[in-house]
Amino acid sequence: MQIYLPIAELPVNVLLILFMGLAVGFISGMFGIGGGFLMTPLLIFIGITPAVAVASVASHVAASSFSGAISYWRRRALDPALALMLLTAGMIGTTTGVWIFTLLRRLGQLDLTISLSYLLLLSIVGGMMITESVRAILRARGGRPAEIRRPGSHMWIHGLPLKMRFKVSKIYVSVIPIWVIGFFIGFIGAVMGIGGGFLLVPALIYLIRVPTGVVIGTSQVLTLVTMAYATIVHAATNHLVDALLALLLMLGGVIGAQFGARAGQRFSGEQLRLLLGILVLSVGLRFAYDLVVPPADLFTMRSVEESQ
Amino acid sequence: MSARPPAARARVLAFALVFALVLAASGARPAAAERLIAALSTSRVLIAANFTGADVVLFGSVERDAQTVARRGGYDIVVTVTGPRENIVTFRKQRVAGIWVNADSRTFVSVPSYLTVLSNRTISEIADVNTLRRTQTGLARTLLPQEISGDIADSIRDDPFRQAFLRLKIDQNLYREQQNGVTFLAPSLFRAAIPIPDDAPTGSYEVDVKLFADGVMLARAQTALEVVKVGFEQFVANAAHDHGLFYGLVTALMALVTGWFASVVFRRD
Repeated sequence: MQIYLPIAELPVNVLLILFMGLAVGFISGMFGIGGGFLMTPLLIFIGITPAVAVASVASHVAASSFSGAISYWRRRALDPALALMLLTAGMIGTTTGVWIFTLLRRLGQLDLTISLSYLLLLSIVGGMMITESVRAILRARGGRPAEIRRPGSHMWIHGLPLKMRFKVSKIYVSVIPIWVIGFFIGFIGAVMGIGGGFLLVPALIYLIRVPTGVVIGTSQVLTLVTMAYATIVHAATNHLVDALLALLLMLGGVIGAQFGARAGQRFSGEQLRLLLGILVLSVGLRFAYDLVVPPADLFTMRSVEESQ
Repeated sequence: MSARPPAARARVLAFALVFALVLAASGARPAAAERLIAALSTSRVLIAANFTGADVVLFGSVERDAQTVARRGGYDIVVTVTGPRENIVTFRKQRVAGIWVNADSRTFVSVPSYLTVLSNRTISEIADVNTLRRTQTGLARTLLPQEISGDIADSIRDDPFRQAFLRLKIDQNLYREQQNGVTFLAPSLFRAAIPIPDDAPTGSYEVDVKLFADGVMLARAQTALEVVKVGFEQFVANAAHDHGLFYGLVTALMALVTGWFASVVFRRD
């Protein structure tokens, strides 16, 4: 069953897109992430231009994080004050990201930047997650306590000024690192088409020491707002959001996420982190492969706007 | 008689000149009065949600009159379909610090986004190279102007960027040369199927039909077809382009509704 995508300007198989939405939704539900880092490369792989893929995935991630955020809100498992601080910086980051995206697209270096960012970010984060979770699993096997949080210890981050009290999270920290994290997540979200949940959750736990109970809900609020905002800005400036593609992805995604969430409950936190780490690293390595292996065709081409 | 005013004399001269030009342009010999008539099965290709490519059929006829001389070698037809023009950058990858990056680029200015050349036999057999080149007949002889350090000119034919450009376009099914694309149904009646691929750019397509006999171009006929998005596809594309902000807001709202809907349907607590 083929359907013609109005903005991507090519026909795709509806069932294939729905299935991709389901599969990525399953993974995103299982790990509590948006899944953009899997969806964008998959779309590029089936022939959708990176620019359209990045812009359209934003709305897909917004949909899945909204359904997640609602269920966390019902259980009061999120910190509104922290989310507000993160997303003010996140919106600025997204605006900057879309501006850089437009600039790189004009210079003809957008695809390379997307590939390189994926390679670097995913390999580093994936590698860190695998090391950390393997250590935690080994520690648990050895009978030592798995918890590595030491409430008394202080890092340099906790010495920064502009401190604020977050009641729900029961933490008293400077807003500077929170703004930096929010900005960075918003920025890469716009440039790479990822919600950044897989980065945000560990960053909030390890750097800000947000309790694990509220971290996923809070991170999904930030993802929701930055991705919805990125959809609007991408649509207004680059005209690259394919609403039909986005709708197909969303439908598959939200359904898959429900089954994924159930499957995720069967694993322990360490096992989930290890699996996610392997997944993240392998996507990164896939990009490395494309950059390092001699391409089949040295030439590529792209149409440019008449205004140039 | 030199009583004629100079203005009238100039008018006669101008008329004679125009007449001579028309004669020259119409293919020299007045006796060779073939006329070419061509018509398309449709002048509009509609892209709807179920569009997966289409064929537009061109029918043509070579009209002869009493004075037309017999053509021993028969007629040859070349149909050239040129899609809307666009600027295209061709990048060449190079290994820089271990990774392959786009190092060189060349901009092709105002080249056809789509180009199909259909003929009834191998184009190089239809006429000599100079005639083909002058009439821009065949993919290899189509002008592809490049921007080279500020100047715009076509490069030599074996320029790697030009060859890569043609190869990539052919791989994408946007450029095509088909040596058996024109079929003669009768000695003066022919038919050609113009393939419009599923990712054909929208816009106006010029259809140019050339009639050759014995290596000479005798007549030429032009027609056009349009590839347009219709219905929902057109609505979405227009909305995305003309009302970007509103379109983005609606898409974001759609995401929220889908997310909310899922949380209601699958509510477990």
